[in-house]
Amino acid sequence: MSSAAEIAADVRRGATSALAEAERSLAAVRARNEELNVFVHVDEERALARARHVDEQVSRGEDPGPLAGVPVALKDNLCQVGELTTAGSRILEGWRPPYSATVVKRILNAGAVPVGKTNMDEFAMGSSTENSYYGPTRNPHDPSRVPGGSSGGSAAAVAAHMTPLALGSDTGGSIRQPAALCGVVGVKPTYGLVSRFGLIAFASSLDQIGPFANNVTDAALLLEVIAGHDARDSTSLPEAAPSLLAGINAGVAGKRVGIVRELMEGADDEVLAAVEKARATLQEAGATMVELSIPECRLGLSAYYLIAPAEASSNLARFDGVRYGLRVDADDVAAMNEATRTLGFGAEVKRRIMLGTYALSAGYYDAYYGQALKVRTQMIDAFRRAYDQADLLLGATAPSVAFKFGEKTSNPLAMYLSDVFTIPTNLAGDPAISVPYGRDGDLPIGVQLLGPGRSEALLFAAARVLEVERSS
Amino acid sequence: MASPLRREDVAKVAKLARLSLSDDELDMFTEQLGQILEHANDIAALQLNDVVPTAHPFGLLNVVREDVIEASLPREELLAMAPDAEDGRFAVPRIMGEAP
Repeated sequence: MSSAAEIAADVRRGATSALAEAERSLAAVRARNEELNVFVHVDEERALARARHVDEQVSRGEDPGPLAGVPVALKDNLCQVGELTTAGSRILEGWRPPYSATVVKRILNAGAVPVGKTNMDEFAMGSSTENSYYGPTRNPHDPSRVPGGSSGGSAAAVAAHMTPLALGSDTGGSIRQPAALCGVVGVKPTYGLVSRFGLIAFASSLDQIGPFANNVTDAALLLEVIAGHDARDSTSLPEAAPSLLAGINAGVAGKRVGIVRELMEGADDEVLAAVEKARATLQEAGATMVELSIPECRLGLSAYYLIAPAEASSNLARFDGVRYGLRVDADDVAAMNEATRTLGFGAEVKRRIMLGTYALSAGYYDAYYGQALKVRTQMIDAFRRAYDQADLLLGATAPSVAFKFGEKTSNPLAMYLSDVFTIPTNLAGDPAISVPYGRDGDLPIGVQLLGPGRSEALLFAAARVLEVERSS
Repeated sequence: MASPLRREDVAKVAKLARLSLSDDELDMFTEQLGQILEHANDIAALQLNDVVPTAHPFGLLNVVREDVIEASLPREELLAMAPDAEDGRFAVPRIMGEAP
Protein backbone atom coordinates (compact mmCIF):
# COMPACT_ATOMS: atom_id res chain seq x y z
CA MET A 1 0.00 0.00 0.00
CA SER A 2 1.21 3.50 -0.86
CA SER A 3 1.89 6.04 1.85
CA ALA A 4 -0.55 8.89 2.45
CA ALA A 5 1.96 11.35 1.04
CA GLU A 6 2.33 9.27 -2.15
CA ILE A 7 -1.44 8.89 -2.58
CA ALA A 8 -2.00 12.64 -2.15
CA ALA A 9 0.79 13.46 -4.62
CA ASP A 10 -0.56 10.97 -7.17
CA VAL A 11 -4.14 12.17 -6.82
CA ARG A 12 -3.05 15.79 -7.17
CA ARG A 13 -1.20 15.11 -10.42
CA GLY A 14 -3.83 12.72 -11.77
CA ALA A 15 -1.66 9.58 -11.59
CA THR A 16 -4.34 7.85 -9.53
CA SER A 17 -7.88 8.77 -8.60
CA ALA A 18 -9.37 9.33 -5.17
CA LEU A 19 -12.10 6.90 -6.23
CA ALA A 20 -9.60 4.11 -6.92
CA GLU A 21 -7.92 4.73 -3.55
CA ALA A 22 -11.27 4.74 -1.73
CA GLU A 23 -12.29 1.50 -3.45
CA ARG A 24 -8.96 -0.08 -2.54
CA SER A 25 -9.43 0.97 1.09
CA LEU A 26 -13.02 -0.24 1.26
CA ALA A 27 -12.00 -3.59 -0.27
CA ALA A 28 -9.33 -3.97 2.42
CA VAL A 29 -11.93 -3.22 5.09
CA ARG A 30 -14.36 -5.76 3.62
CA ALA A 31 -11.62 -8.40 3.43
CA ARG A 32 -10.70 -8.37 7.11
CA ASN A 33 -13.22 -6.40 9.15
CA GLU A 34 -15.35 -9.39 10.05
CA GLU A 35 -12.27 -11.08 11.51
CA LEU A 36 -10.69 -8.05 13.19
CA ASN A 37 -13.68 -5.80 14.07
CA VAL A 38 -11.66 -2.67 13.31
CA PHE A 39 -14.51 -0.50 12.01
CA VAL A 40 -17.82 -0.28 13.82
CA HIS A 41 -19.44 1.91 11.16
CA VAL A 42 -18.53 2.19 7.48
CA ASP A 43 -20.42 4.43 5.04
CA GLU A 44 -19.24 3.18 1.64
CA GLU A 45 -21.56 5.39 -0.38
CA ARG A 46 -20.53 8.54 1.37
CA ALA A 47 -16.83 7.66 1.07
CA LEU A 48 -17.18 6.98 -2.66
CA ALA A 49 -19.20 10.17 -3.20
CA ARG A 50 -16.57 12.12 -1.33
CA ALA A 51 -13.80 10.52 -3.45
CA ARG A 52 -15.64 11.45 -6.66
CA HIS A 53 -15.89 15.02 -5.41
CA VAL A 54 -12.11 15.12 -4.88
CA ASP A 55 -11.56 13.72 -8.38
CA GLU A 56 -13.85 16.39 -9.82
CA GLN A 57 -11.80 19.05 -8.07
CA VAL A 58 -8.65 17.66 -9.71
CA SER A 59 -10.28 17.48 -13.13
CA ARG A 60 -11.34 21.13 -12.79
CA GLY A 61 -7.73 22.05 -12.09
CA GLU A 62 -8.35 22.76 -8.41
CA ASP A 63 -6.05 21.49 -5.66
CA PRO A 64 -8.01 19.38 -3.15
CA GLY A 65 -5.24 19.83 -0.57
CA PRO A 66 -2.37 17.97 1.10
CA LEU A 67 -4.52 14.91 1.88
CA ALA A 68 -6.05 14.73 -1.61
CA GLY A 69 -7.88 11.42 -1.93
CA VAL A 70 -6.29 9.87 1.17
CA PRO A 71 -8.62 7.45 3.01
CA VAL A 72 -8.73 8.23 6.73
CA ALA A 73 -10.23 6.23 9.61
CA LEU A 74 -11.91 8.16 12.43
CA LYS A 75 -12.12 7.01 16.02
CA ASP A 76 -15.76 6.60 16.94
CA ASN A 77 -15.66 9.45 19.47
CA LEU A 78 -15.11 12.03 16.70
CA CYS A 79 -18.30 13.62 15.43
CA GLN A 80 -18.96 13.55 11.70
CA VAL A 81 -22.22 15.15 10.73
CA GLY A 82 -24.89 12.58 9.88
CA GLU A 83 -22.62 9.57 10.52
CA LEU A 84 -23.09 7.10 13.37
CA THR A 85 -20.92 8.22 16.29
CA THR A 86 -21.20 5.96 19.31
CA ALA A 87 -17.97 6.22 21.35
CA GLY A 88 -18.05 2.43 21.72
CA SER A 89 -21.10 2.78 23.97
CA ARG A 90 -24.60 1.39 23.99
CA ILE A 91 -25.84 4.72 25.35
CA LEU A 92 -25.05 6.38 21.99
CA GLU A 93 -26.19 3.49 19.79
CA GLY A 94 -27.72 4.93 16.62
CA TRP A 95 -26.71 8.54 17.36
CA ARG A 96 -25.81 10.74 14.40
CA PRO A 97 -24.24 14.09 15.33
CA PRO A 98 -25.72 17.30 13.90
CA TYR A 99 -22.24 18.77 13.44
CA SER A 100 -18.67 17.73 12.64
CA ALA A 101 -15.58 17.92 14.80
CA THR A 102 -13.05 20.59 13.80
CA VAL A 103 -10.52 17.87 12.95
CA VAL A 104 -13.03 16.25 10.60
CA LYS A 105 -13.70 19.55 8.87
CA ARG A 106 -9.96 20.16 8.54
CA ILE A 107 -9.17 16.81 6.93
CA LEU A 108 -12.10 17.30 4.54
CA ASN A 109 -10.79 20.75 3.62
CA ALA A 110 -7.44 19.07 2.95
CA GLY A 111 -9.00 16.58 0.52
CA ALA A 112 -9.20 13.48 2.72
CA VAL A 113 -11.81 10.75 2.32
CA PRO A 114 -13.22 9.52 5.67
CA VAL A 115 -13.95 5.81 5.36
CA GLY A 116 -15.66 5.03 8.66
CA LYS A 117 -15.57 5.01 12.41
CA THR A 118 -13.18 2.78 14.32
CA ASN A 119 -13.78 0.67 17.38
CA MET A 120 -12.67 1.87 20.79
CA ASP A 121 -12.99 1.19 24.49
CA GLU A 122 -16.28 2.71 25.65
CA PHE A 123 -15.79 6.48 26.06
CA ALA A 124 -12.05 5.85 25.56
CA MET A 125 -11.79 4.12 28.93
CA GLY A 126 -9.49 1.16 28.52
CA SER A 127 -6.20 -0.11 27.18
CA SER A 128 -7.28 -3.07 25.04
CA THR A 129 -10.50 -2.14 23.15
CA GLU A 130 -12.15 -5.00 25.09
CA ASN A 131 -14.50 -2.47 26.74
CA SER A 132 -16.38 -1.70 23.52
CA TYR A 133 -20.11 -2.42 23.45
CA TYR A 134 -19.50 -3.47 19.84
CA GLY A 135 -17.07 -6.27 20.75
CA PRO A 136 -13.27 -6.26 20.91
CA THR A 137 -10.92 -5.43 18.03
CA ARG A 138 -8.27 -8.01 17.18
CA ASN A 139 -4.61 -7.22 16.66
CA PRO A 140 -3.77 -7.59 12.93
CA HIS A 141 -0.36 -9.06 13.83
CA ASP A 142 -1.92 -11.80 15.99
CA PRO A 143 -5.73 -11.98 16.15
CA SER A 144 -5.57 -13.84 19.48
CA ARG A 145 -4.24 -10.64 21.05
CA VAL A 146 -5.58 -7.17 21.82
CA PRO A 147 -4.64 -4.16 19.67
CA GLY A 148 -4.23 -1.98 22.76
CA GLY A 149 -6.56 0.88 23.47
CA SER A 150 -8.51 2.87 23.75
CA SER A 151 -7.95 3.81 20.07
CA GLY A 152 -7.43 0.15 19.17
CA GLY A 153 -9.54 0.30 16.03
CA SER A 154 -7.67 3.27 14.61
CA ALA A 155 -4.28 1.63 15.28
CA ALA A 156 -5.45 -1.64 13.74
CA ALA A 157 -6.92 0.12 10.67
CA VAL A 158 -3.50 1.51 9.84
CA ALA A 159 -1.62 -1.66 10.81
CA ALA A 160 -3.92 -3.81 8.62
CA HIS A 161 -3.45 -1.33 5.72
CA MET A 162 -7.17 -0.59 5.57
CA THR A 163 -6.36 3.13 5.59
CA PRO A 164 -2.95 4.83 5.50
CA LEU A 165 -4.05 7.32 8.18
CA ALA A 166 -6.30 7.35 11.23
CA LEU A 167 -7.27 9.76 13.96
CA GLY A 168 -7.50 8.80 17.62
CA SER A 169 -7.61 10.46 21.00
CA ASP A 170 -5.09 10.15 23.83
CA THR A 171 -6.08 10.85 27.44
CA GLY A 172 -3.54 8.62 29.20
CA GLY A 173 -1.87 6.82 26.30
CA SER A 174 -4.83 5.87 24.10
CA ILE A 175 -2.98 6.71 20.87
CA ARG A 176 0.58 5.74 21.77
CA GLN A 177 -0.08 2.42 23.51
CA PRO A 178 -2.20 0.89 20.70
CA ALA A 179 0.28 2.33 18.17
CA ALA A 180 3.05 0.42 19.96
CA LEU A 181 1.04 -2.81 20.19
CA CYS A 182 0.02 -2.61 16.50
CA GLY A 183 3.42 -1.53 15.13
CA VAL A 184 2.45 1.90 13.80
CA VAL A 185 3.39 5.51 14.54
CA GLY A 186 1.12 7.30 17.04
CA VAL A 187 1.34 10.88 18.24
CA LYS A 188 -0.09 12.61 21.30
CA PRO A 189 0.34 16.32 20.51
CA THR A 190 0.88 19.17 22.97
CA TYR A 191 -2.31 19.85 24.92
CA GLY A 192 -4.23 22.54 23.03
CA LEU A 193 -2.42 22.08 19.70
CA VAL A 194 -5.38 20.25 18.14
CA SER A 195 -8.94 21.43 18.64
CA ARG A 196 -11.14 19.08 20.64
CA PHE A 197 -14.38 20.59 19.36
CA GLY A 198 -16.53 17.63 18.36
CA LEU A 199 -14.55 15.06 20.36
CA ILE A 200 -16.81 13.27 22.83
CA ALA A 201 -15.17 14.30 26.10
CA PHE A 202 -13.61 11.85 28.56
CA ALA A 203 -11.24 13.92 30.76
CA SER A 204 -11.07 17.43 29.39
CA SER A 205 -7.80 18.56 30.96
CA LEU A 206 -6.03 15.52 29.44
CA ASP A 207 -7.80 14.62 26.16
CA GLN A 208 -5.94 15.36 22.94
CA ILE A 209 -6.59 14.21 19.35
CA GLY A 210 -3.68 12.91 17.30
CA PRO A 211 -2.64 10.91 14.22
CA PHE A 212 -1.81 7.28 13.45
CA ALA A 213 0.25 6.40 10.37
CA ASN A 214 2.54 3.71 9.00
CA ASN A 215 5.43 6.13 8.87
CA VAL A 216 6.64 9.28 10.60
CA THR A 217 6.21 11.55 7.57
CA ASP A 218 2.56 10.61 7.10
CA ALA A 219 1.89 11.26 10.80
CA ALA A 220 3.46 14.71 10.45
CA LEU A 221 1.40 15.37 7.32
CA LEU A 222 -1.85 14.63 9.15
CA LEU A 223 -0.87 16.58 12.27
CA GLU A 224 -0.02 19.65 10.18
CA VAL A 225 -3.54 19.52 8.74
CA ILE A 226 -5.43 19.14 12.03
CA ALA A 227 -3.32 21.41 14.28
CA GLY A 228 -3.79 25.12 14.87
CA HIS A 229 -6.06 27.47 16.74
CA ASP A 230 -9.81 26.95 16.80
CA ALA A 231 -12.11 29.50 18.40
CA ARG A 232 -14.58 26.70 19.17
CA ASP A 233 -12.22 25.10 21.73
CA SER A 234 -11.46 27.40 24.65
CA THR A 235 -8.35 25.34 25.49
CA SER A 236 -6.96 25.75 21.97
CA LEU A 237 -3.46 27.28 21.81
CA PRO A 238 -3.46 30.68 20.08
CA GLU A 239 -0.91 29.92 17.38
CA ALA A 240 -1.23 28.50 13.88
CA ALA A 241 -0.22 24.92 13.06
CA PRO A 242 3.52 24.25 13.39
CA SER A 243 5.62 23.32 10.37
CA LEU A 244 6.62 19.68 10.81
CA LEU A 245 7.41 18.26 7.37
CA ALA A 246 9.96 20.93 6.45
CA GLY A 247 12.43 19.86 9.15
CA ILE A 248 11.57 16.21 9.39
CA ASN A 249 15.00 15.13 8.15
CA ALA A 250 16.87 17.59 10.38
CA GLY A 251 18.26 14.76 12.52
CA VAL A 252 19.30 14.92 16.15
CA ALA A 253 22.96 15.91 15.91
CA GLY A 254 23.90 17.97 18.96
CA LYS A 255 20.59 17.30 20.70
CA ARG A 256 20.53 16.02 24.28
CA VAL A 257 18.38 12.95 24.77
CA GLY A 258 17.43 11.99 28.32
CA ILE A 259 17.05 8.30 29.11
CA VAL A 260 14.45 8.22 31.85
CA ARG A 261 14.69 5.26 34.20
CA GLU A 262 11.06 5.56 35.37
CA LEU A 263 9.77 5.48 31.79
CA MET A 264 10.97 1.92 31.28
CA GLU A 265 11.36 0.30 34.70
CA GLY A 266 9.48 -2.94 35.00
CA ALA A 267 9.15 -3.34 31.23
CA ASP A 268 9.72 -6.74 29.62
CA ASP A 269 13.27 -7.58 28.50
CA GLU A 270 12.42 -7.33 24.79
CA VAL A 271 10.99 -3.84 25.35
CA LEU A 272 14.08 -2.77 27.29
CA ALA A 273 16.27 -4.12 24.49
CA ALA A 274 14.34 -2.02 21.96
CA VAL A 275 14.81 1.14 24.04
CA GLU A 276 18.50 0.35 24.39
CA LYS A 277 18.80 -0.06 20.63
CA ALA A 278 16.98 3.23 20.05
CA ARG A 279 19.40 4.92 22.41
CA ALA A 280 22.34 3.59 20.41
CA THR A 281 20.78 4.75 17.14
CA LEU A 282 20.17 8.29 18.39
CA GLN A 283 23.70 8.39 19.75
CA GLU A 284 25.16 7.28 16.41
CA ALA A 285 23.12 10.07 14.81
CA GLY A 286 25.00 12.58 16.93
CA ALA A 287 22.76 13.01 19.96
CA THR A 288 24.24 13.25 23.45
CA MET A 289 22.76 10.85 25.99
CA VAL A 290 21.89 11.93 29.51
CA GLU A 291 20.77 9.50 32.23
CA LEU A 292 17.79 10.98 34.04
CA SER A 293 15.48 10.06 36.86
CA ILE A 294 11.99 11.52 37.22
CA PRO A 295 10.68 9.79 40.37
CA GLU A 296 7.39 11.73 40.11
CA CYS A 297 6.48 9.46 37.17
CA ARG A 298 5.84 6.69 39.71
CA LEU A 299 2.98 8.76 41.12
CA GLY A 300 1.46 9.39 37.71
CA LEU A 301 -0.76 6.33 37.65
CA SER A 302 -2.46 7.17 40.95
CA ALA A 303 -2.87 10.84 40.09
CA TYR A 304 -4.27 9.98 36.68
CA TYR A 305 -6.77 7.43 38.02
CA LEU A 306 -8.21 10.10 40.31
CA ILE A 307 -8.12 13.10 37.95
CA ALA A 308 -9.41 11.37 34.81
CA PRO A 309 -12.34 9.59 36.54
CA ALA A 310 -13.22 12.81 38.40
CA GLU A 311 -13.46 14.71 35.12
CA ALA A 312 -15.25 11.80 33.47
CA SER A 313 -17.87 11.62 36.21
CA SER A 314 -18.72 15.23 35.38
CA ASN A 315 -18.46 14.91 31.57
CA LEU A 316 -20.62 11.78 31.45
CA ALA A 317 -23.38 13.33 33.55
CA ARG A 318 -24.78 14.61 30.26
CA PHE A 319 -25.83 11.09 29.27
CA ASP A 320 -29.14 11.16 31.06
CA GLY A 321 -31.61 9.95 28.43
CA VAL A 322 -33.07 13.42 27.84
CA ARG A 323 -31.55 14.98 24.72
CA TYR A 324 -29.87 12.19 22.74
CA GLY A 325 -28.98 8.54 22.80
CA LEU A 326 -30.60 5.75 24.77
CA ARG A 327 -33.61 6.24 27.01
CA VAL A 328 -35.05 3.55 29.28
CA ASP A 329 -38.55 4.61 30.23
CA ALA A 330 -39.56 4.89 33.87
CA ASP A 331 -42.25 6.61 35.90
CA ASP A 332 -40.31 9.76 36.71
CA VAL A 333 -37.23 11.57 35.44
CA ALA A 334 -34.83 10.43 38.16
CA ALA A 335 -35.77 6.80 37.66
CA MET A 336 -35.49 7.25 33.89
CA ASN A 337 -31.97 8.76 34.27
CA GLU A 338 -30.87 5.87 36.47
CA ALA A 339 -32.39 3.11 34.33
CA THR A 340 -30.88 4.67 31.18
CA ARG A 341 -27.37 5.01 32.60
CA THR A 342 -27.48 1.57 34.22
CA LEU A 343 -28.31 -0.13 30.92
CA GLY A 344 -26.34 2.24 28.68
CA PHE A 345 -22.92 2.20 30.36
CA GLY A 346 -20.58 -0.80 30.57
CA ALA A 347 -18.73 -1.95 33.69
CA GLU A 348 -15.51 0.02 33.14
CA VAL A 349 -17.38 3.27 32.56
CA LYS A 350 -19.44 2.68 35.72
CA ARG A 351 -16.24 1.90 37.62
CA ARG A 352 -14.66 5.19 36.58
CA ILE A 353 -17.77 7.29 37.11
CA MET A 354 -18.06 5.91 40.64
CA LEU A 355 -14.34 6.32 41.32
CA GLY A 356 -14.52 9.94 40.17
CA THR A 357 -17.70 10.63 42.11
CA TYR A 358 -16.03 9.21 45.22
CA ALA A 359 -12.79 11.18 44.72
CA LEU A 360 -14.81 14.39 44.42
CA SER A 361 -17.20 13.70 47.29
CA ALA A 362 -17.22 15.57 50.58
CA GLY A 363 -14.71 14.11 53.02
CA TYR A 364 -12.52 12.56 50.31
CA TYR A 365 -11.93 15.49 47.95
CA ASP A 366 -8.80 16.73 49.73
CA ALA A 367 -7.31 13.28 50.26
CA TYR A 368 -7.79 12.12 46.69
CA TYR A 369 -8.67 14.66 43.99
CA GLY A 370 -6.94 17.57 45.74
CA GLN A 371 -3.77 15.54 46.30
CA ALA A 372 -3.81 14.35 42.69
CA LEU A 373 -3.91 17.95 41.43
CA LYS A 374 -0.89 18.75 43.58
CA VAL A 375 0.98 15.72 42.26
CA ARG A 376 0.18 17.04 38.80
CA THR A 377 1.97 20.28 39.69
CA GLN A 378 4.96 18.25 40.84
CA MET A 379 4.90 16.24 37.63
CA ILE A 380 4.91 19.39 35.50
CA ASP A 381 7.79 20.85 37.52
CA ALA A 382 9.75 17.59 37.32
CA PHE A 383 9.46 17.45 33.54
CA ARG A 384 10.44 21.11 33.31
CA ARG A 385 13.62 20.32 35.25
CA ALA A 386 14.28 17.32 33.02
CA TYR A 387 13.97 19.55 29.95
CA ASP A 388 16.64 21.84 31.40
CA GLN A 389 19.01 18.90 31.01
CA ALA A 390 17.68 17.31 27.84
CA ASP A 391 15.98 18.46 24.64
CA LEU A 392 13.87 15.33 24.49
CA LEU A 393 13.38 12.12 26.44
CA LEU A 394 13.40 8.45 25.49
CA GLY A 395 11.51 5.61 27.13
CA ALA A 396 9.26 2.67 26.44
CA THR A 397 5.69 3.20 25.24
CA ALA A 398 4.13 0.13 26.88
CA PRO A 399 5.57 -2.36 29.40
CA SER A 400 4.91 -5.35 27.14
CA VAL A 401 3.90 -6.40 23.64
CA ALA A 402 0.23 -7.03 22.85
CA PHE A 403 -1.40 -9.27 25.46
CA LYS A 404 -4.06 -11.96 25.08
CA PHE A 405 -7.80 -11.35 25.32
CA GLY A 406 -9.12 -11.61 28.86
CA GLU A 407 -5.64 -11.49 30.37
CA LYS A 408 -6.31 -8.27 32.31
CA THR A 409 -10.08 -7.79 32.19
CA SER A 410 -10.77 -9.16 35.66
CA ASN A 411 -8.14 -6.95 37.30
CA PRO A 412 -8.66 -3.26 36.45
CA LEU A 413 -5.43 -2.21 38.16
CA ALA A 414 -3.36 -4.60 36.01
CA MET A 415 -5.02 -3.11 32.92
CA TYR A 416 -4.31 0.43 34.13
CA LEU A 417 -0.61 -0.43 34.44
CA SER A 418 -0.49 -0.75 30.62
CA ASP A 419 -0.45 3.05 30.56
CA VAL A 420 2.18 3.62 33.23
CA PHE A 421 4.74 5.07 30.77
CA THR A 422 2.30 7.18 28.76
CA ILE A 423 0.26 8.82 31.53
CA PRO A 424 2.93 11.29 32.78
CA THR A 425 2.93 13.11 29.42
CA ASN A 426 -0.81 13.75 29.58
CA LEU A 427 -0.56 15.08 33.11
CA ALA A 428 2.26 17.42 32.01
CA GLY A 429 0.39 18.52 28.85
CA ASP A 430 3.43 17.70 26.72
CA PRO A 431 3.71 15.92 23.35
CA ALA A 432 5.04 12.39 22.80
CA ILE A 433 5.30 9.98 19.91
CA SER A 434 5.45 6.20 19.77
CA VAL A 435 7.59 4.72 17.00
CA PRO A 436 7.70 1.02 16.09
CA TYR A 437 11.15 -0.25 17.00
CA GLY A 438 12.02 -3.91 17.19
CA ARG A 439 9.83 -6.96 17.59
CA ASP A 440 9.30 -9.87 19.91
CA GLY A 441 8.59 -12.68 17.45
CA ASP A 442 5.67 -11.45 15.32
CA LEU A 443 4.68 -8.79 17.81
CA PRO A 444 5.78 -5.18 17.39
CA ILE A 445 7.39 -3.05 20.10
CA GLY A 446 7.14 0.73 20.35
CA VAL A 447 9.59 3.18 21.85
CA GLN A 448 8.45 6.56 23.11
CA LEU A 449 10.00 9.98 22.48
CA LEU A 450 8.82 12.80 24.72
CA GLY A 451 9.42 16.54 24.54
CA PRO A 452 8.39 19.80 26.18
CA GLY A 453 5.26 21.62 25.03
CA ARG A 454 5.32 22.62 21.35
CA SER A 455 8.40 20.47 20.57
CA GLU A 456 6.64 18.37 17.91
CA ALA A 457 9.10 19.33 15.14
CA LEU A 458 12.02 17.94 17.15
CA LEU A 459 10.08 14.81 18.12
CA PHE A 460 9.27 14.06 14.49
CA ALA A 461 12.89 14.61 13.46
CA ALA A 462 14.07 12.19 16.17
CA ALA A 463 11.38 9.65 15.28
CA ARG A 464 12.48 9.89 11.65
CA VAL A 465 16.07 9.04 12.68
CA LEU A 466 14.81 5.83 14.28
CA GLU A 467 12.63 5.03 11.28
CA VAL A 468 15.44 5.53 8.75
CA GLU A 469 17.81 3.35 10.73
CA ARG A 470 15.17 0.65 11.10
CA SER A 471 14.48 0.47 7.37
CA SER A 472 18.13 0.61 6.27
CA MET B 1 -5.08 8.48 55.66
CA ALA B 2 -7.88 7.27 53.46
CA SER B 3 -10.45 4.95 54.95
CA PRO B 4 -10.98 1.55 53.31
CA LEU B 5 -13.89 1.55 50.94
CA ARG B 6 -17.04 -0.05 52.31
CA ARG B 7 -19.96 -1.60 50.49
CA GLU B 8 -22.24 1.23 51.64
CA ASP B 9 -19.79 3.80 50.25
CA VAL B 10 -20.10 2.23 46.82
CA ALA B 11 -23.88 2.09 47.13
CA LYS B 12 -23.85 5.80 48.00
CA VAL B 13 -21.66 6.91 45.07
CA ALA B 14 -23.70 4.73 42.71
CA LYS B 15 -26.82 6.57 43.83
CA LEU B 16 -25.10 9.95 43.42
CA ALA B 17 -24.00 8.95 39.91
CA ARG B 18 -27.50 7.70 39.02
CA LEU B 19 -26.47 4.06 38.60
CA SER B 20 -28.19 1.06 40.14
CA LEU B 21 -26.09 -1.97 41.04
CA SER B 22 -27.04 -5.55 41.75
CA ASP B 23 -25.73 -7.21 44.91
CA ASP B 24 -23.08 -9.03 42.88
CA GLU B 25 -22.01 -5.80 41.22
CA LEU B 26 -21.79 -4.07 44.59
CA ASP B 27 -19.42 -6.80 45.81
CA MET B 28 -17.31 -6.64 42.65
CA PHE B 29 -17.04 -2.85 42.52
CA THR B 30 -16.32 -2.59 46.25
CA GLU B 31 -13.37 -4.92 45.84
CA GLN B 32 -12.07 -3.36 42.59
CA LEU B 33 -12.51 0.26 43.62
CA GLY B 34 -10.94 -0.57 46.97
CA GLN B 35 -7.84 -1.92 45.19
CA ILE B 36 -7.58 1.20 43.06
CA LEU B 37 -7.94 3.51 46.05
CA GLU B 38 -5.40 1.44 47.95
CA HIS B 39 -2.97 2.04 45.09
CA ALA B 40 -3.84 5.75 45.27
CA ASN B 41 -2.78 5.85 48.91
CA ASP B 42 0.76 6.46 47.63
CA ILE B 43 -0.33 10.00 46.82
CA ALA B 44 -2.99 10.39 49.51
CA ALA B 45 -0.21 9.92 52.08
CA LEU B 46 2.14 12.58 50.67
CA GLN B 47 2.77 15.83 52.56
CA LEU B 48 1.98 18.44 49.91
CA ASN B 49 0.72 21.38 51.94
CA ASP B 50 2.93 23.87 50.11
CA VAL B 51 2.16 22.66 46.61
CA VAL B 52 -0.29 24.57 44.45
CA PRO B 53 -2.81 22.30 42.72
CA THR B 54 -2.90 22.21 38.89
CA ALA B 55 -6.26 21.66 37.26
CA HIS B 56 -5.04 22.35 33.75
CA PRO B 57 -1.61 21.94 32.13
CA PHE B 58 -1.12 25.48 30.87
CA GLY B 59 -3.47 27.42 33.09
CA LEU B 60 -6.85 28.38 31.75
CA LEU B 61 -7.65 31.90 30.70
CA ASN B 62 -11.17 33.03 30.29
CA VAL B 63 -11.90 32.93 26.58
CA VAL B 64 -14.68 35.11 25.26
CA ARG B 65 -15.83 35.62 21.73
CA GLU B 66 -17.25 38.69 20.07
CA ASP B 67 -20.87 39.20 21.06
CA VAL B 68 -22.17 38.58 17.56
CA ILE B 69 -25.32 36.66 16.76
CA GLU B 70 -24.56 33.53 14.72
CA ALA B 71 -26.79 30.85 13.29
CA SER B 72 -27.53 27.98 15.70
CA LEU B 73 -28.08 24.37 14.76
CA PRO B 74 -31.62 23.80 13.47
CA ARG B 75 -33.96 22.88 16.34
CA GLU B 76 -35.73 20.19 14.32
CA GLU B 77 -32.46 18.38 13.59
CA LEU B 78 -31.54 18.26 17.26
CA LEU B 79 -34.97 17.18 18.39
CA ALA B 80 -35.00 14.48 15.74
CA MET B 81 -32.16 12.74 17.62
CA ALA B 82 -33.88 13.04 21.01
CA PRO B 83 -35.51 9.99 22.59
CA ASP B 84 -38.76 11.97 22.86
CA ALA B 85 -39.86 15.44 21.76
CA GLU B 86 -43.08 17.40 21.89
CA ASP B 87 -44.06 20.89 20.70
CA GLY B 88 -40.47 21.79 19.77
CA ARG B 89 -39.06 20.70 23.12
CA PHE B 90 -37.41 17.67 24.69
CA ALA B 91 -40.05 15.59 26.41
CA VAL B 92 -39.37 13.75 29.69
CA PRO B 93 -41.43 11.73 32.18
CA ARG B 94 -42.99 13.67 35.04
CA ILE B 95 -40.55 15.32 37.44
CA MET B 96 -42.96 15.83 40.37
CA GLY B 97 -46.00 14.12 41.86
CA GLU B 98 -49.35 13.92 40.11
CA ALA B 99 -51.20 17.17 39.59
CA PRO B 100 -54.03 17.65 42.11
